[in-house]
Amino acid sequence: MELAVFIVSGVILLAGALGVVLLANPVHCALSLVATLFAVAVLFIVQDAQFLAAVQVIVYAGAIVVLFLFVIMLMGIDEAENLDIEPLGGQRPAAHVARVLGLGLTLVVLLAAGSTVTGAANPATAIQSDTPNITQLGRLLFSDYVFAFEATAILLTISVVGAVVLGRPPSRMDDVAPLDAGAEPVEVKA
Amino acid sequence: MLDLVWLIPALPLAGFLLLLLFGKRLGEPLAGWLATLMVLGSFVVACIVFAGLVERPGHERFFSQVLFSWIPVGNFQVDAGFLVDPLAMTMVLFVTGIASLIHLYSIGYMHGDEGFPRFFVYLNLFVFSMLMLVLGDNLLVTFLGWEGVGACSYFLISFWFTDRGNASAGKKAFVTNRVGDWGFMVAIFLTFATIGSVRYADVLTAAKTGEVAVVTATAISALLLVGAVGKSAQLPLFVWLPDAMAGPTPVSALIHAATMVTAGVYLLARMNPMLAVASDWVPHLIAWVGAITALFAATVAVAQNDIKRVLAYSTISQLGYLFLAVGVAGYVPAMFHMVTHAFFKALLFLAAGAVIHGMHGEQDMRRYGGLYKYMPVTCGVFIVGWLAISGIFPFAGFWSKDEILAYAWDAGAQGKALWLIGLATALLTAFYMSRQVFLTFFGRYRYADPTPEEINEAWDARIAAARSELAEAEAALEAGRAEQEAARAKVEPAEAALVGARSEVSASETAAAAVPVAQLEAARVAVDTATDKDAKKAAQATLRELEKPGKDLDKARTGVTKAETALTKARDGVTSLEAQIQEVEASVTAARARVAEVEAMAARHRPTVDKVSVAGPPDLAGIEDYLPAAVQHRREHHPHESPAIMLLPLVVLAAGAIGAGALNLPFSDRTKFLERWLEPSLFGNEHHLSLSGVGQAILAVVAVAGAVAAIVVAARVYLRGLGRPAVIEQPVLEHAWYIDETLARIASGPGELAFEGTARFDRQVIDGAVNGVGEVVRVDGSLLRRFQNGYVRSYALGVAVGAIVLIGLFLSRASF
Amino acid sequence: MDVTDTWYVVLAAALFTIGAVGLLVRRNPLVMFMCVELMLNAVNLTFVSFAHAYHDLSGQISVFFVLVVAAAEVVVGLAIVVSVLRRRPGATPHDIAILKG
Repeated sequence: MELAVFIVSGVILLAGALGVVLLANPVHCALSLVATLFAVAVLFIVQDAQFLAAVQVIVYAGAIVVLFLFVIMLMGIDEAENLDIEPLGGQRPAAHVARVLGLGLTLVVLLAAGSTVTGAANPATAIQSDTPNITQLGRLLFSDYVFAFEATAILLTISVVGAVVLGRPPSRMDDVAPLDAGAEPVEVKA
Repeated sequence: MLDLVWLIPALPLAGFLLLLLFGKRLGEPLAGWLATLMVLGSFVVACIVFAGLVERPGHERFFSQVLFSWIPVGNFQVDAGFLVDPLAMTMVLFVTGIASLIHLYSIGYMHGDEGFPRFFVYLNLFVFSMLMLVLGDNLLVTFLGWEGVGACSYFLISFWFTDRGNASAGKKAFVTNRVGDWGFMVAIFLTFATIGSVRYADVLTAAKTGEVAVVTATAISALLLVGAVGKSAQLPLFVWLPDAMAGPTPVSALIHAATMVTAGVYLLARMNPMLAVASDWVPHLIAWVGAITALFAATVAVAQNDIKRVLAYSTISQLGYLFLAVGVAGYVPAMFHMVTHAFFKALLFLAAGAVIHGMHGEQDMRRYGGLYKYMPVTCGVFIVGWLAISGIFPFAGFWSKDEILAYAWDAGAQGKALWLIGLATALLTAFYMSRQVFLTFFGRYRYADPTPEEINEAWDARIAAARSELAEAEAALEAGRAEQEAARAKVEPAEAALVGARSEVSASETAAAAVPVAQLEAARVAVDTATDKDAKKAAQATLRELEKPGKDLDKARTGVTKAETALTKARDGVTSLEAQIQEVEASVTAARARVAEVEAMAARHRPTVDKVSVAGPPDLAGIEDYLPAAVQHRREHHPHESPAIMLLPLVVLAAGAIGAGALNLPFSDRTKFLERWLEPSLFGNEHHLSLSGVGQAILAVVAVAGAVAAIVVAARVYLRGLGRPAVIEQPVLEHAWYIDETLARIASGPGELAFEGTARFDRQVIDGAVNGVGEVVRVDGSLLRRFQNGYVRSYALGVAVGAIVLIGLFLSRASF
Repeated sequence: MDVTDTWYVVLAAALFTIGAVGLLVRRNPLVMFMCVELMLNAVNLTFVSFAHAYHDLSGQISVFFVLVVAAAEVVVGLAIVVSVLRRRPGATPHDIAILKG
């Protein structure tokens, strides 16, 4: 059963990820991203992280991707990108080299080392216990990690303020005519 | 009941916050009443806590209340807490009690001041800070209050900050206090480093049980002395206190009588176990600093003319007594005198404030005189204060001061010298206070007297008037002379005309004589005889021709007569002007004489000194009409008694100044209430008099006799006018032995050099290092920026490559 | 065949690599952001896997914080993108290279 779930969601996950990278239209990219995020959420559930799976769906798929789509639609940048053009010389080949090397090395590490890297899994004592996952997380969050928790609160506040400041329409002063309006308008050449 | 202790400082704090928020809206009387009620409430709570403390047996009168953990840093644990013991309670009771009276008084005193609410904001904050200082259960809370009162005194001294002098007086107080605070701070550091705690309970226990080495205790005590010297205005850091008189008078009373300045003595008394461990020279130093300050300030007070400055130096002198007492381990007399002094000095200050209030801001005692008629109540309470501070039996000052003197006498080998200095100070105290009372309330009423300046002004006016008269006469003379000149100018042409006329006459005469008479006759006949018309005409023409010279002569003669008349007239004109001129000349001479006379008079009658004479009425002969309008204004104005709201606190304080001596009567152990009360706070470090009752009585009699003698001398000089005050009021005393000036010279000479050197070090070395670091970073940055192409994706690639390298590194080191 | 934790980690590695390559090759700022999200999700997946493997909830807590930071990052990043695009329509991160030192 777990194998089936893993294979199905793994395929969706990888397909979605490839879609993000390879599709030209940003809207399609965003939709592929949703697929990947859902697949990750499923994998979370498999691994006893129910709360995180819910948050993954609500925050990522719900909020963040919608935000992406809003920006794409509102700014009118949903035209396709010509993937054949690469303005940075050598960037693309270098990226592919990095990909091959990185993935290869990681696979070598993981497969060669096997359980020495991840440690021995012990399904007998799964995280599952009588206490629900969310309760355990909440306890931890408000005891050991309370400082980090408060810090993220500040971070979120700052980012909200920053977004508001950045997103404000440009100051009206930019389009106001010069004070001596009576003078001959000066042609500004770009 | 003891749990209520937090309310004692909380109430003034609440008052402060409320006034800060709503003071302006509450407006004039309400803001004052709110502040007063808060402090009064604090006093009531203090009484309740006091009752709670009394209920407990003696050795349990040490109550600590922790509000919250203030600074929890590793080993350094400081709680915001209060310590209630007899010593703190004594301070709290008289601080809140007297502060309430001063608040009440201020409502009347500050009436009409635009800063009225602001004043009470500061006043409440001041009381709060003082209570924190007194009640703090560790050195740090005390230090908090210590700095608080310093800051408040700065606010209050420069309360009328629009005047530059007031503002700089505030700064001076602040800076001078800072010098002392340095000592206190280092003492705290040292205490923590040695004992590992700053709580009094721990510190005092450690000192008692001998955990503190003698050297450390000595250092701590000496540093505490530095702090106390600054706060309690002892030599050489006393300079701020006389200048602090720039603040409103209730502030002077609050700072100088009840609170701030006693903090130094309180601190020393609080740390008495530390002093007991310290080597002997520290207590001796304390005693000598106190004694010398007491004597020094008393000599200076003798020559001051400002009513508040006398009291300021008097305060310094009395604080010297307290130091003296602490130095000879006489903590009980120190506290006793602190309490009685709080009563009578607050009384004196507030009464002085009432006098100033009634005299429209005049503070020069030489311009008071005879005020008992105008302000009888103020005069009465002032006399009470005077007798109390002079140590006259049975007023409060007698009991406390004589106890200090007895302790001084009892203090070993140096004791006799300390006692002698104390006695001399007592005599001087009686003298300058009598001088103040006599100058202010008795003798001639001098307020309406013109000041020397005004007299000079009047003389100047008079001389100017005489001179302008002279100038007028001179101008008239000038005009007369010019007129005369013009008249003279007319005489000469008249004379010339006369000469011309005369010569014409003589010419005409010759011509007339040349005409023969016969021919004339013949012509006449021919005219008469001519029948024919033509012939007659011809004859007539001939006759006319012949008669012409004669007629000309007549005409010329008439001309001469006319010219003579004109000349006479011209001459008469000159003569008459001559007389007039003589008259004017006479008046000029007279005017000149008058000017000389007036100048001579002025030289004789002008005041010789620029001080108001106290002895007799000023010499106003001849200038009565020339005095400036201000004098007339003052003559019409009469001093007035202060309103009841100011008199009530005075009367209460006067009662205290009379009766506070009952706190610690030396007759038997049963009557020494204060001594028994304070015992738990003193841990047996109090010196016990070895002097017999008779010995004490003899000392007291000597002191009182001296004080009475001093009063008699003062009465002779300032009341009867015998002897010259200038002999006593030497300039060197008036300038406080030039200590202030010397300090200023040191600060502006070598001091300034040192500061400039420090500033140069800061600019070149410190700033140089900072700027150097900045420069290095800038140069490096300009080199490194060449590696930046600005393409985010390139950077990401760099990160990826780095990650791969790291993975490779892990791989190479992994052992599978 | 049992699904071991290694499988999850390998899957996450693949996801991470895809995201990284996308970040390196795409020019559209929004798509670059999405690629960053992919990489973050890969990391999240490994965290959850290890939490599962070691029976330690700290991994899940870390994922929680990564989520929060990602949300904040997206909000600010998109705001920057919006303000840049408003001034220069059609801009790519390539164009912002004028800001280099």
